[in-house]
Amino acid sequence: MSRPEIRVSGLHKSFGDNHVLRGIDLEIGQGEVVCVIGPSGSGKSTLLRCVNLLEEPSKGQVFVGGTELTDPDVDIDAVRRRIGMVFQQFNLFPHLTVTENLTLPQRRVLRRGKAEAAKVAAQNLARVGLAEKADAYPSSLSGGQQQRVAIARALAMGPEVMLFDEPTSALDPELVGDVLAVMRMLADEGMTMMVVTHEMTFAREVADRVVFMDGGVIVEDGAPERVIGAPQHERTRHFLSRLLDPAMAQVEEETSDQVGKSG
Amino acid sequence: MADTETTPLQPKRKGLTRRQKRSISRGIQYAVFVAAVIAFGVTADWGRLQNQFAQVDIAERMFPEVITLALKNTVLYTVTGFGVGLALGMVIALMRLSSVGPYRWLAGVYIEIFRGLPALLIFIFIGVAVPLAFPGTEIIGGTYGKVALALGLVAAAYMAETIRAGIQAVPKGQMEAARSLGFSPGRAMVSIIIPQAFRIILPPLTNELVLLFKDSSLVLFLGVTLEERELSKYGRDLASQTANSTPILVAGLCYLLITIPLGFVVRRMEAKAQEAVK
Repeated sequence: MSRPEIRVSGLHKSFGDNHVLRGIDLEIGQGEVVCVIGPSGSGKSTLLRCVNLLEEPSKGQVFVGGTELTDPDVDIDAVRRRIGMVFQQFNLFPHLTVTENLTLPQRRVLRRGKAEAAKVAAQNLARVGLAEKADAYPSSLSGGQQQRVAIARALAMGPEVMLFDEPTSALDPELVGDVLAVMRMLADEGMTMMVVTHEMTFAREVADRVVFMDGGVIVEDGAPERVIGAPQHERTRHFLSRLLDPAMAQVEEETSDQVGKSG
Repeated sequence: MADTETTPLQPKRKGLTRRQKRSISRGIQYAVFVAAVIAFGVTADWGRLQNQFAQVDIAERMFPEVITLALKNTVLYTVTGFGVGLALGMVIALMRLSSVGPYRWLAGVYIEIFRGLPALLIFIFIGVAVPLAFPGTEIIGGTYGKVALALGLVAAAYMAETIRAGIQAVPKGQMEAARSLGFSPGRAMVSIIIPQAFRIILPPLTNELVLLFKDSSLVLFLGVTLEERELSKYGRDLASQTANSTPILVAGLCYLLITIPLGFVVRRMEAKAQEAVK
């Protein structure tokens, strides 16, 4: 592994009394694709949101591309330009067309000229297979198309790292494939990716590493065939069995770790 | 006997059925309405009313000045007041949402005070108290400036609350998406949040415009020149000149000329917004 593109050390995050992250250490190398899995409430989304400081860590450090984001003097807007983020709910700007969704951030944030922004937008829309939707408004697109536009919007900023926060969880099942295909293409192109997901097939086939989180800590971290194929910990086995065969799950008591903020 | 056998679950009703009750109730409502119209038509002295309010020759004498001067001034006062109110309201709304405590507090105090006072008092305050307190200061634009300021101060309090609600109605994910793309908080607010907030609050803002349109009649408490008169003042002046109330009626119709189409536009926008939510 070359210089780590993302490095998280000793990360803690609390929401009031709710201690969501309890000491996370994680490194992601350049070009690596890491899938983070775990039950809801395990803190995986919070961890992802801490990586671009959408959540302010309570303790610990986050580095992306050698810059410490947790340094109070860092220009967070400048760092975020290098980190693309894709949300569960897409979060496209509904008052703008697809093309404007891609060009406005480039022009306002990167100060690109009109022609250049339009060119980059067209390139990235073509990459996600939505060139013909350039003039549509987000509300007229399917969920899968909206999510692909959201990916294109992030890519248009030329990020070095892409974060995905359950990108397919809000989609109808038949639309999941198109979004995963785009993510697979990015992975093949060598993008550094951190993906919070429930898509085990994607994790197994595309990820270089799978991280299993539970109760605010990393329980298991390794190659997908090991973590998913032959989990070492009981908690991982339990989670995977419930995920792969939900109909077999027993009714059980919620532990206090799982109560509270989801993700 | 045969009845109860075929429908054993429905006990035989005594008195009126539901349908009968409903038609009687509706009949009473119509009767009251007709009676009220007849009573009004019979008791009102139509001859005197027409004499006092509908003298065609007096109405004719008001044109074109009622439009070119009075209505023009009313619109001018309203639009400038609305502009001042919008700008000030935006500032106060952002102060209300600020992370700096004193700003929030100050904005809250402003809204409570100016929402709680009658617009009339604000006009008197601008017309009398300000020149007294700051002798020698001139409000830019003379009467026009004073009206814009007074109407703006009143409107800003209402608009600030509307704008704040609109900003808060934009989903949180929009700000997060903008920030994750590298927008600064201020730039995200201007480029992403506020344009969406305005689409949400366009109907209530237009309503505010209708209210201001009517409040512009309070100008007469500032003391205006002949050239600065708006609809209400113009109508009253003419009414006392001619000793007839027809000018009041014409002035009133001129208000409706603007407010009814505006109200129609608001309802259209609300219906559209409702559709967009679906």
